[in-house]
Amino acid sequence: MRTIKEINEKIKKGGVVVVTAEEIIDLVRKKGAKYAAQEVDVVTTGTFGPMCSSGAYFNIGHSKPRIKLGGGTCKLNDVPAYCGFAAVDIYLGATAIPEDDPHNKVFPGEFKYGGGHVIQELLVGRDIRLEATAYGTDCYPRKKLETLINLKDLNEAVLFNIRNCYQNYNVAVNLSDKMIYTYMGVLKPKLGNANYCSAGQLSPLLKDPYYKTIGIGTKIFLGGGTGYVAWQGTQHNPTVKRKDNGIPQAPAGTLAVIGDLKQMKPEWLIGTSMLGYGATLTVGIGVPIPILDEEILKYTAIKDEEIYTQIVDYSTSYPQMISESLGEVNYAQLKSGKIVVQGKEVPTGNLSSYSKAREIAEELKSRIKKGDFLLTEPVAPIPGVESGYTFKALKERPIV
Amino acid sequence: MISKRIVLHFPHRLVDQPIVYKLVKDYDLQFNILKAYVTPQEEGLMVLELLGKKENFDKGIEYLQSCGVKIQPLSQDVIRNEAKCTDCGVCVPICPTAALVVDPHTRKVLFYDNKCIACELCVKVCPTRAMEVHF
Repeated sequence: MRTIKEINEKIKKGGVVVVTAEEIIDLVRKKGAKYAAQEVDVVTTGTFGPMCSSGAYFNIGHSKPRIKLGGGTCKLNDVPAYCGFAAVDIYLGATAIPEDDPHNKVFPGEFKYGGGHVIQELLVGRDIRLEATAYGTDCYPRKKLETLINLKDLNEAVLFNIRNCYQNYNVAVNLSDKMIYTYMGVLKPKLGNANYCSAGQLSPLLKDPYYKTIGIGTKIFLGGGTGYVAWQGTQHNPTVKRKDNGIPQAPAGTLAVIGDLKQMKPEWLIGTSMLGYGATLTVGIGVPIPILDEEILKYTAIKDEEIYTQIVDYSTSYPQMISESLGEVNYAQLKSGKIVVQGKEVPTGNLSSYSKAREIAEELKSRIKKGDFLLTEPVAPIPGVESGYTFKALKERPIV
Repeated sequence: MISKRIVLHFPHRLVDQPIVYKLVKDYDLQFNILKAYVTPQEEGLMVLELLGKKENFDKGIEYLQSCGVKIQPLSQDVIRNEAKCTDCGVCVPICPTAALVVDPHTRKVLFYDNKCIACELCVKVCPTRAMEVHF
């Protein structure tokens, strides 16, 4: 029907037709898939939720005299960064927290400040305190470094998230008689609430369920700026059970993404605190889907009612690695504000902001229409259903 | 009849004195204690829902003020920092009085501060800590 090259020509010349993953649903309902596939060039998606396997690497520049952080220690506003690289490269993970954080000693811990908060503060333009130690060598004699750093002065500052953008996710509930504090939020006892975390019909990988257009090298909206899909994300699991419409019924595909932190915005990368669980980063991602044929279009028009996921007990099944579902619900039910679990009506809450996901899809649409965002051809696919690629549990073996 | 939610601040010298019972005895007011504690500085804080005839209500408030109790309407106490809220909605099922609800069209989270009883459950549950307490 059309190629990415042809779409890019239209973007450059003007006249490209772009709609969001919500708008395409209405269009297909009114005019049919065939018409929509002829008319629409690109469908934009969006998601905005806490994504723990996120972080950024930095090159801070060489001090005088030189110091080799590799093998030493480094903290940014007291949050430890990994420095097992060369002299002045460090990686800060979103869930890292200061050594003197009370953790869960006073339960539930608040986790007010962590790596995700440092990343957001860098984007706000604030100076960050860097404190590092090293063992000292002939070529890197210095053993201690204390300085303020600022995003604008760093040589490289690159957001590199090894697992983002989950294709579908569990609904978390609590069957026990105690309040529990999880990465899915606070779960009240005896099915007091049901928390979910997906943009549903706006979510990137749910609108391209077989990864026909999203692959390595796909250019994306990332944290307010531009980024790329670097690889499949960790725990990528394309072979889970799917409905006839291709939608996985449980957490499936994931993406590793990368982009220049310096052009990102603090509104789209937000330091986040999960009570009793830890610190993390809320990440905004939007992926454009080129409508290369009618089949791809049909996937983009899948609605909340047609996207199902599993209800999982986070008091026992999840922590004990027991694969057990309490039932299946769709995102229209979840978004209605209540679902029924074991005969009980349970109020729902989303950890992922649907209104922000919508804003991202709109923003990406506007960038493409204005000619500011050209699409890329993936350089390689991410493993699909046929690949046999699976997400395995750890088989523990005794150390003898 | 009127019903209002108010926050009472008791100075140190009043903490050990019976005061609220007079609202019932002398002013025929009904009250529902939503929250009460003594701070480390030994000041008392109480959140009350007060119900009664308008004139009795006004007299009751006058009585409290004459004792030295500072009074604040409840809606000023828990506020949402709009710049921090991402409208995710994880607070919604936690709120016991439906003061936090999702607008079905915009999918933004609405905060009805007149329904808020300042239980503060939302404050720590909020992933971006957008709900702030200003007692």
